[in-house]
Amino acid sequence: MKLHHVVKAATVLAASLALTAARADPVRDDPLVVNGEQELATQAPAPDHLGGALGDTVYSGWLFRDTDTRAMQKDDFDNPMFLFVDAGLEAWETPEGTAGKSCADCHNAIEDSMKGLRARLPRVNAGGELWSLENHVNDCRTNRMGAEAWGWNSQEMKNMTAAIGLQSRGMPVAVQIDGEAAPFWEKGKEMYYTRYGQLEMSCANCHEDNFGNNIRSDHLSQGQVNGFPLYRLKDQGAVSTHQRFVGCIRDTRGVPFEPGSQEFRELELYVASRGNGLAVETPAVRH
Amino acid sequence: MPVRGGQMRHILVLTVVAAGLGAPAMAEILPGDVPWAEDGSIARSLTGAPGNAEEGKVVMTTNALGNCVACHAVQAMPEVPFQGNIGPQLDGAADRWTEAQLRGIVVDAKHTFPDSFMPGMYKVGPFIRPGVAYTAKPPEKPEDIMPILSAQQVEDVVAYLMTLRE
Ligand code: HEC
Ligand code: HEC
Repeated sequence: MKLHHVVKAATVLAASLALTAARADPVRDDPLVVNGEQELATQAPAPDHLGGALGDTVYSGWLFRDTDTRAMQKDDFDNPMFLFVDAGLEAWETPEGTAGKSCADCHNAIEDSMKGLRARLPRVNAGGELWSLENHVNDCRTNRMGAEAWGWNSQEMKNMTAAIGLQSRGMPVAVQIDGEAAPFWEKGKEMYYTRYGQLEMSCANCHEDNFGNNIRSDHLSQGQVNGFPLYRLKDQGAVSTHQRFVGCIRDTRGVPFEPGSQEFRELELYVASRGNGLAVETPAVRH
Repeated sequence: MPVRGGQMRHILVLTVVAAGLGAPAMAEILPGDVPWAEDGSIARSLTGAPGNAEEGKVVMTTNALGNCVACHAVQAMPEVPFQGNIGPQLDGAADRWTEAQLRGIVVDAKHTFPDSFMPGMYKVGPFIRPGVAYTAKPPEKPEDIMPILSAQQVEDVVAYLMTLRE
């Protein structure tokens, strides 16, 4: 099964590199039905807070990828991320740390206790801090299991966030942006429109002003985060939300913030809110 | 130790020869000294000499150099794959703009189009969180931030753009 996944990924990568052009607007006539049974909403009415900045519709990044990549996400058996989901599910059941406990010892079945969580993160915790899923995972590991924190972009962390995220697949993204979340959201918004690096480019320059257009061979999407962590064919591996942010700022000839930093959690909240209403697609496939 | 006349002359001659071989002439205008006109044009050649259009075409189509085709299509280069569609198609640019205007657009398009998406190709700041090329590392000293194109490359690109007539 593992080999099957890897071979399939390599073949599709070769095929998509060979394709000369997938240049067009988002695909509009291909429903995302996973495993032949569950349809995920790849479009939604644009949230009011955008004030029309993305027109009247928000689109999943899935709609901007080519046919082969889209197909891989339609079947969990073809989706290479499920290797990592399986590893995450195993870790869920495995006791670790000085307390000798597993996640399951406290949270029982992941299907029940973690359902809906991904759709609401990042959010403000009881202590008034803005937390992403990774913060919650490490909080349990260090404070309740007596285990070491996982690195933000470590494979273990991506396995776990993929396994937890999957439990919300199909549910609409619904992060809170008002109340105590508002100050964080405002900062994230400011970052989204800041022109970083020697190329002086903001997220909005690429993902708001130019989605649907091509930068060389890259077909620009709206830069939505509803599919993370996801499998990136180009990297042959799992990619976290903050890892993607790092890549995009580096590509402006800029200095990114650290994965897990206050800045990137604020940016994550703001970007997630731009996709409020889209279905959680975790774990998605992109190239 | 006092330098005698004869030796000095030799040193001078050597310097001049080296400068001649190593291309950029002494009169090169640095990024901070660009003589902008009000309308965003630059009348003087940055090198004091005309550019080479063939070289300019290479700069425009090479990812690590100007990579202009990332954003612009140029029908005059049908052999170049994956031309972008972010900016206007460049065919006919020389009918729409003077050489001085094109130089200004390439050096820093924001003097012509405020808020342009087009990066300044001969500009070293001020920037927000600039990194050293694509390393994601901050500069250790200001000189680590090099302009994307050299003065010569800018002139070469301008020379090529001047061939784009319809
Ligand atoms: C120079 C252009 C550029 C800039 C600036 C840029 N990006 Fe991107 N981004 C891309 C490209 C190209 C891709 C891959 C194709 C796509 O999905 O758009 C991408 C992909 C993404 C994705 C993945 C979307 C998916 O469905 O897989 C996210 C999220 C993202 N960007 C967020 C951001 C954020 C946040 C910023 C600002 C910090 C930013 N980008 C700045 C070019 C850019
Ligand atoms: C990241 C995108 C981007 C890159 C890279 C880029 N440009 Fe542009 N360029 C633009 C946009 C957008 C415009 C339209 C003006 C504006 O900003 O409103 C433009 C405008 C121009 C114009 C005026 C167009 C016309 O004919 O009316 C010229 C000439 C030009 N660019 C040349 C170049 C050259 C030469 C390079 C490379 C050395 C280059 N551009 C690289 C985005 C880009």
